[in-house]
Amino acid sequence: MNLFSLVLNYLKAKPLNTLLNIFLLALGIAVVTVLLLFNNQLQEKISTNSKGIDLVVGAKGSPLQLILCNIFHIDFPTGNIKLSEAEKVVRHRMVKNAIPMALGDSYNGYRIVGTNHMYAELYKAKLASGDWWKNDLEVTVGATVAKLAGLKPGDSFVSAHGLTPDGHDHDERRYLVTGILQQSNTVIDNLILTNIESVWKVHEQSQDSTTVIPLHPSSLVPSVEAGDSTREVTSLLIQYRNPLAVIQLPRFINSNSNMQAASPAFETARLFIILGVGVDVLHGFAYVLIFISGLSIFIALYNSLKERQYDLAIMRSMGASRSKLFISIVMEGSFLTVAGSLFGLTLGHGALWLFTGLVAESQKAGVTAAVFYPAEGFILAGSVVLGVLCSLIPAMQAYRTDIHKVLAGN
Amino acid sequence: MVAIDGLVYAYTSQKKISFKDFAIQQGEQWLLLGESGSGKTTLLHLLGGLLRSQHGRIEVNGTDITQLSESGLDRFRGHHFGFVFQKSHLINALSVYDNLRMAPFLAGLKQDVKRITDVLAQLALTENRNSRVKELSQGQAQRVAIARAVLNKPSFILADEPTSALDDKNCGRVIELLLQTSERNKATLIVATHDQRLKSRFSNQIQL
Repeated sequence: MNLFSLVLNYLKAKPLNTLLNIFLLALGIAVVTVLLLFNNQLQEKISTNSKGIDLVVGAKGSPLQLILCNIFHIDFPTGNIKLSEAEKVVRHRMVKNAIPMALGDSYNGYRIVGTNHMYAELYKAKLASGDWWKNDLEVTVGATVAKLAGLKPGDSFVSAHGLTPDGHDHDERRYLVTGILQQSNTVIDNLILTNIESVWKVHEQSQDSTTVIPLHPSSLVPSVEAGDSTREVTSLLIQYRNPLAVIQLPRFINSNSNMQAASPAFETARLFIILGVGVDVLHGFAYVLIFISGLSIFIALYNSLKERQYDLAIMRSMGASRSKLFISIVMEGSFLTVAGSLFGLTLGHGALWLFTGLVAESQKAGVTAAVFYPAEGFILAGSVVLGVLCSLIPAMQAYRTDIHKVLAGN
Repeated sequence: MVAIDGLVYAYTSQKKISFKDFAIQQGEQWLLLGESGSGKTTLLHLLGGLLRSQHGRIEVNGTDITQLSESGLDRFRGHHFGFVFQKSHLINALSVYDNLRMAPFLAGLKQDVKRITDVLAQLALTENRNSRVKELSQGQAQRVAIARAVLNKPSFILADEPTSALDDKNCGRVIELLLQTSERNKATLIVATHDQRLKSRFSNQIQL
């Protein structure tokens, strides 16, 4: 016999009460855990995916849409910009690097991105097999795409117009897979990379494939003449040369051209403020649940002490000190809250695991249930504090039990 | 041995009760007889350290327990006294065996399985070892309470109205059991009661 098994026996003596209290707290903790896992992973994804990109330049429209489309590849393009216009931006002295992007086609719902090799370097993408794309209509495929669409080097496929699987097929041109990328846990896992010329080629109606070596090659797409007025791209990903550019460059673009510049940092912060309302409501709901479960544990202990006043007095008569009884009640409360939060953490991870298993989009977003954050340790520590708080008043009562009055009072 | 000297207990500043001095030797069996309200429970609780007096000495085995600290008194009580009350006051959440294990655990003594087995056998409870308290009859529960009181081999067994709720037949059985068990475990037995049926069983009596 020891204090712990005594506490356990008391809890087992009221199984329904015990289960209810554990479950109530677990529910609150589970909501907090899911939010924690989801929010943290989303923020991590956003910061890794927008790392190294200071500004996105594209057609006028919603700046948030521009960011969502060109960095996270979840929204649709705002339109196209002229290559010649884009070149003007690249010439600006505040621009260190500029990566052109041409979007518009997809394969099985996975986006085909016409760009250059700097884009892959941005995410430090490495080849798992095969080689990088070299010629027109060659593609290098992200890890998730390769796995889920079953592509391997040497395969060829027909792209669909648009970014949804139901677009019409460009069946006159076939893409050839030259390489597969390693898993990088960035957005590039879900992309099919090729050069810009391929995207143009697929959309060209005329089949003229006369290759003229340009006199003054474009700074963005060297195979075409600089200042070409017919070619278009979707956007430019820009890296600043120095911090001063934050003030100058967006203003320069927004006022001197019919393009717009959007900052990923600013737009994602704005997105989080919008999402934050929903998250706050859920958090509030979770805290209400946790508060109620704390109250329920307090009431359960408080009531059970009335029934147990003889037990307490008898224990004192057998030599138990006041502090021993105090500790046993605190242990009882803390056991409930620790069990509740352990169960809640499991429930939270389990719910997310189920969710990621059922919803394919969440896998694409790279959300997983198999990560643990230090904050979960704080939840556990917090539950001990909650247990102590809930049991403090009942424990004080146990401490103060007047054994003479209780035992003489029958 | 237990002896009191000039013991006074004040319920309130007006209402006081003083007890005649007496001394009880080791191994004796005494009856504290008195009507309800005569202070016998108070005296028993004072002797057993469940209640603190304002004046006088209570010497138990050479220690004046009125001088002990709160936790020192708790420990002393666990080592020297076993209590039996009118109701069995067993812990419902525990089995019979675990109820008995509570006695050495709370007193800070070794939990001796053989001793528990012996005491269960002495009180014909061997078959109830793993029963839940709620499954016991009233008689069985009272025997478990007696077993719990003698388990730590205390010098004293203090019984407060152990028979007053029982009919004659059961009254006889319980008092017989208390006398027997205390003798067998070499404990001094002090019974506080208003139950006149017990008078004939005790040669040593204190009338309050």
